[in-house]
Amino acid sequence: MRPLTDDETKVFFEKLTKYIGRNIVHLIDRPDEPYCFRLQKDRVYYVSESIMRKTTAIGRQNLISLGVCFGKFTKTGKFRMHITALPSLAQYAKYKVWVKPNGEMPFLYGNHVVKAHIGRVTEDMPEHQGVVIFNMADVPLGFGVSARSTVDMRKVDPTGIAVFHQSDNGEYLREEDALF
Amino acid sequence: MGGRNNKRRQHMPLPLEIEKITGKATKAVYDKMKHDQVRSLKQKTAALKQNSAAKAASTGTKRAAPAQTQSPAGQKRQKQQPQSSGKDAKKQKPAVVAEADSDEDEDASMVVEDGPDGGWDNAPLESDSEVADSDDSLDEFDSANEEDDEAASEDEGEDDDDVVTQKPLSLLSDESDDEEDSDASEADSNDEGVESYDEFSTDGEDDGEEPITFRNMEKRSRKLDAQREEDEEMADMELKDQDQAADGEREAFELPSSEQVEAEKEAPLDLTQVQMRIQEIVRVLNNFSELRRPQHSRNDYMDQLKRDMCFYYGYNEFLMDKLLQLFTVSEAVEFFEANEVARPVTIRTNTLKTRRRDLAQALINRGVNLDPIGKWTKVGLTIFDSPVPVGATPEYMAGHYMIQAASSFLPVMALGPQENEKVLDMSAAPGGKTTYCAALMKNTGMMVANDANKEREKALVANIHRLGVSNAVVCNYDGREFPKVMGGFDRVLLDAPCSGTGVISKDASVKTNKGPEDFGMLTHLQKELILSAIDSTNADSATGGYIVYSTCSVTVDEDEAVVNYALSKRPNVKLVETGLDFGRPGFTRFRGQTFHNSLSLTRRFYPHAHNMDGFFVAKFKKLSNKIQVGDKQIVPAGSGAKLKQKKKH
Repeated sequence: MRPLTDDETKVFFEKLTKYIGRNIVHLIDRPDEPYCFRLQKDRVYYVSESIMRKTTAIGRQNLISLGVCFGKFTKTGKFRMHITALPSLAQYAKYKVWVKPNGEMPFLYGNHVVKAHIGRVTEDMPEHQGVVIFNMADVPLGFGVSARSTVDMRKVDPTGIAVFHQSDNGEYLREEDALF
Repeated sequence: MGGRNNKRRQHMPLPLEIEKITGKATKAVYDKMKHDQVRSLKQKTAALKQNSAAKAASTGTKRAAPAQTQSPAGQKRQKQQPQSSGKDAKKQKPAVVAEADSDEDEDASMVVEDGPDGGWDNAPLESDSEVADSDDSLDEFDSANEEDDEAASEDEGEDDDDVVTQKPLSLLSDESDDEEDSDASEADSNDEGVESYDEFSTDGEDDGEEPITFRNMEKRSRKLDAQREEDEEMADMELKDQDQAADGEREAFELPSSEQVEAEKEAPLDLTQVQMRIQEIVRVLNNFSELRRPQHSRNDYMDQLKRDMCFYYGYNEFLMDKLLQLFTVSEAVEFFEANEVARPVTIRTNTLKTRRRDLAQALINRGVNLDPIGKWTKVGLTIFDSPVPVGATPEYMAGHYMIQAASSFLPVMALGPQENEKVLDMSAAPGGKTTYCAALMKNTGMMVANDANKEREKALVANIHRLGVSNAVVCNYDGREFPKVMGGFDRVLLDAPCSGTGVISKDASVKTNKGPEDFGMLTHLQKELILSAIDSTNADSATGGYIVYSTCSVTVDEDEAVVNYALSKRPNVKLVETGLDFGRPGFTRFRGQTFHNSLSLTRRFYPHAHNMDGFFVAKFKKLSNKIQVGDKQIVPAGSGAKLKQKKKH
């Protein structure tokens, strides 16, 4: 377990900014406790500093996870967000898409969000931005990348893709082995 | 029937006898007689009503029918008369019998009612007058009813004839008849109702004493209830009588001879025969002094029982021995039977993300049939059936609940973690208990989840993340290393690896693959783990200093014996109440072993008794970080005291 290097921080924060914009500040400066990001075996964990300090007692080989995993660095040095980051992303998301009940299961099975399934969209959402997807009861389901801006979306036919799928809650079941 | 009633009657002297003895009709006797009369009348009318209703349903014809079919059947009716009256007589018979019976019942029921229901009859004067009045009225409409009855049965007989002789006509008229009939019967019942009501109300006016009040009605319904109870009791008695009679008949049970046993080894009996024999042996063992054969000892019976149960339920002999030692024979059979049935699926609401009411509503909307587990938990739900897989609903994926056995709520409830504490779960995978702890701590403090098996850690991490637990640290150590890795915990939960004799319904392989060497190994590991759990706890913690030891096994070797070992090795801990208000207390002595008296504070749970997996929970409180051995004080590594020294550096 170690803090992120400058390069890693840059890559990671760039990725994170796509979803929550300047709200990254709120992730680190929290009113309750200072939190930090730590790297352990390629994975980035978001954890409170007090827990992080206590965790130093645990050996690197034996430490499996601490706090919340946000994602991992690929071998090529890019950062991939994991579904486990969803609660934090959902809390601070800049752009949100709400899907109708009939679009819930298709998305949770790993499909893109089509226009027909969209119930509500944040205004002024640009193209190719990270969005968090909710169901109509405001339960976060996953996240993805907007295929079109809000304005363009109106012109698309109902079967056209509105949001590209990146990650969804179904991965807890489908990819348990790969995720952790 | 008569015999039993006679027996009962002996408890209470007959009114006439009392009169003979006392020489006068006492007030009490008078009351009783009145009650009896009313009661019997009521029963009579009820029986008659039933009769007539049955008739209406079965024949589907009544008074209205003759009017329509009169002309062709008019003459036949005359011929029919004697036959129908014969039928009448037959029909009346059961009613009369019922009457007589009910009279007898009445006597018996009075005994019951005088006791608990006395309070309701504390106004004997009122009820008496009512009784006296209603007597006549009931008589009246009773006789009227009987007349109806006669008429109805007459019609019936005649109608039967019609059906035979005049098929087309009766077919045509049948439907209308039916309607009219039902109307008629309704009217009948209405009439009765009105009649009786009138009677009572006029009574009230006449006497100015007993109008129909709510209280009155309640009393009446109570009487009816008492009567029903009485009937049920009788049914039970009858069953018992039968059983006893059967016992007498089945007396001749013989153990198979040794040659037979040998022969059975070659060619086993079929399962039903073995089951029969198990039942027989259990019966003999339950009433050993009377039913035994003098040439066979108790051991002979037990040996045969063991052989049969091993064969029937598929356990190995070692495990069968272990389990039979725990229970009486009949309870053991219940236990084995319960192990053949799966426990209900239960889920735990993740209070970090939702509330139980909302979750229940969401699942009900998906067509899931569920109910709260019980009063003892506020987060558990039992799933009866579900059209969708419960482990793959959007709610499950969103982390709103965890599929978790009811029994695994218990150790966490016993541990009772508080906010801002540092808690250790020594063998955490797959994380049901860990996430429950974290939910109780509301994601504050620190939750260390350890498991020795790296493969199972994946499920643990997945569950922790899915349920939104952010205060957890997952590590992969052998639990025995623990005080050295990290110590000074406020609370430690040790759900020790065990033989799994409590969860045979989930994993039947336990039946055959656990032998003495497994038990030796497991108990040794459990003893080591419990010591390291105790040593990892900080006794000086302001809020905690508790250790909970639990297993999903029911054998004493893995439960009481381990706890007793911990108590003897670590005098700085004591057992405390688990805070679970059900379950059976642990054994304080078992087959010659005596354990510490406080072991009665531990709790055992059984599949047949509590409808959850077999489970054992013990809760310790650590009193001091130092162990007094002779004159020396030893401070085990890893407890709070040592940790403080470390912090100074």
